[in-house]
Amino acid sequence: MMLSIKNLHAEVEDKKILKGINLDIKPGEVHAIMGPNGSGKSTLSAVLAGRENYTVTEGEVLFEDKDLLDMAPEIRAREGLFLAFQYPVEIPGVSNINFLRTALNEIREYKGLPPMEAKEFLRLTKEKQKLVEFDAKLINRSLNEGFSGGEKKRNEILQLAMLDPKLSILDETDSGLDIDALRIVSGGVNKLRNEHNSFVIITHYQRLLEYIVPDFVHVLYDGRIVKSGTKELALELEERGYDWLKESYPATETVH
Amino acid sequence: MVNQHSIPLYQALLQAYEERFSGSRASEPDAIHKLRQNAFHTFQELGFPTTKVEDWKYTNVIPFLRENYTLSTTPQATATELEQAHQAAAIPGMDCYTLVLHNGQLQPAVDTNQLPAFLKVISIEEAMQEPSFQKHFGKIVDAGKHHFAALNTAMFTGGLFLEIDANSHLDKPLHIIHTYSSADNLFTQPRNLFVVNRSASLSIIESVVAPGNGATVFVNGLTEVAVAENANVQHYTLQTANEQLRNLHHTEVSQKRDSVYSGYTFSLPSAQLLRNNLHINLDDEHTETHLYGLYLANSKQLVDNHTFMNHRFANCESNEVYKGVLLDNAVGVFNGKVYVHQDAQKTNAFQQNNNLLLSPKAVINSKPQLEIFADDVKCSHGTTIGQLSQEAMFYLQSRGIGEDAARAMLVTAFAFDVTENIRIPALEEHINKLITQHIPAKQELVNV
Repeated sequence: MMLSIKNLHAEVEDKKILKGINLDIKPGEVHAIMGPNGSGKSTLSAVLAGRENYTVTEGEVLFEDKDLLDMAPEIRAREGLFLAFQYPVEIPGVSNINFLRTALNEIREYKGLPPMEAKEFLRLTKEKQKLVEFDAKLINRSLNEGFSGGEKKRNEILQLAMLDPKLSILDETDSGLDIDALRIVSGGVNKLRNEHNSFVIITHYQRLLEYIVPDFVHVLYDGRIVKSGTKELALELEERGYDWLKESYPATETVH
Repeated sequence: MVNQHSIPLYQALLQAYEERFSGSRASEPDAIHKLRQNAFHTFQELGFPTTKVEDWKYTNVIPFLRENYTLSTTPQATATELEQAHQAAAIPGMDCYTLVLHNGQLQPAVDTNQLPAFLKVISIEEAMQEPSFQKHFGKIVDAGKHHFAALNTAMFTGGLFLEIDANSHLDKPLHIIHTYSSADNLFTQPRNLFVVNRSASLSIIESVVAPGNGATVFVNGLTEVAVAENANVQHYTLQTANEQLRNLHHTEVSQKRDSVYSGYTFSLPSAQLLRNNLHINLDDEHTETHLYGLYLANSKQLVDNHTFMNHRFANCESNEVYKGVLLDNAVGVFNGKVYVHQDAQKTNAFQQNNNLLLSPKAVINSKPQLEIFADDVKCSHGTTIGQLSQEAMFYLQSRGIGEDAARAMLVTAFAFDVTENIRIPALEEHINKLITQHIPAKQELVNV
């Protein structure tokens, strides 16, 4: 099993957000998690990536049989977990290329590998840049500083391509993207898909799933997965919207 | 009110002045004797500044002065002292000319012969008959206004006279190593004069080091810089002295028409006290000035930067960026004053000071000041005080970068607005390394 989430409960500032998530992901699988705003989608990705201020109150998450929740964020990344941010952070003064090199070499060091040769690093960067049609001029600029929305998201996928994680979580990567950027981003992901790695696509809209076809679709509502199915479920959601969930699954009372 | 006479150093200075400077000295021109006398009277009137003096409000210098100090130093450093100085000041990979001053005394062992003929480098005492010395010395700084400048003018010993001929360009940076060490507590007052003639250009890097772990050395130094028409000066100061150093330094610059002066001040651990006064006088039109500062202070360091941009003429441009990183119990002070005189129309003056506090006990006192008497100018100033962005930390960590490395990356990035303007790549790399070296691991941050 790549990832195994068992009865995961989590809260932010005493507010219960996740109320018992169960999810198993095998190598090679692509899972889409859909749901209305406030259902807990981004909280799930934040908890998996190890963001501060989120408290897990119950349950466990195993990443290749290791306790994920016990790891610092950088250890999760080095073990092969990647979160593509919904809002990538701008960091003036840190160059994109230096950031990529540092990240790649820290992961290599963790795996007992020597730092990548400069030449090989440049070759790899060029190759992956092509994959997401990333403007070569941006690579020497400060990380995400002054990038357009689409450039930022492409940069996320470039990082994903460079770091070659086992499990990638795409947190609303499609939000706010124009159709060209969406094609490029999803095209990149499709080229990176293989039988060894897995993807979790978190999205509000069905549109992305026309480009990245998932093996499974889960509906997250009020902190729980209330329905799972295949890609057809996404279409059904697109047609029906999310309002029907309110009637079928009345919100559980939040107890403090 | 501090009774000045209760400070042993004050008594020692009065006595030393009587013995050594009150009568005229054969070695010094009458003009210098007069200058010393006037300055000494000023110092007697002003005394050492207390925190009641506005310019010293956040820096209480009196406790640093209360120890017993000797006022005399040996003229020549030992081979070991020189070796230590070179090591402490080394900038890897930098091709440069190098000079060493030990406790203010120019060291003869240095290869001054290798300097080009258009560059004159001699001790301040040797320079007193030079026409340029007589033209500029004591005329750029107003010793009547500043406590320590007055004291330095009255009693300076040692220091450097540097002059570059008109239309000359120094091909490599001139690295001046100021090293301080003494077996007994020492109070020393070197005095420098740099004369950059018409259309000349050069880069000066002054390293301030106090290697080893000897007695306390208190330096009250003063440098006057005359920048003639169309000259271009890059003036770097890199302070990396050990704890035993207390360094007050006053730099007073005069810029003439079409000249460019770029001042860079890097203050790093671990001197106990660093006070840098950097005053720029724009003495004609169409000048350009850049002041970049970076202070990174740790333990109980007190680092105080006072800058003064004196816009006296029209059509001048000044740009100032100072960044501070405060760790542990360090205290930082930034006071940047921009004064635009009534005639200084079409002035562009910008100033920015940003601070990063990495410890709950660190302190920064930041005071930007704009005084504008002209009505057609563009001026701005701003100060920020903040902490590292948790969001940025998480972003870096989520890519596999360890917490300590991520923190060092962000601090280096914070300093980037300053470091990117360093025109000497080896120096830029060296300073970035020093920054990274001083960013502590998380454990150390928590234990403060």
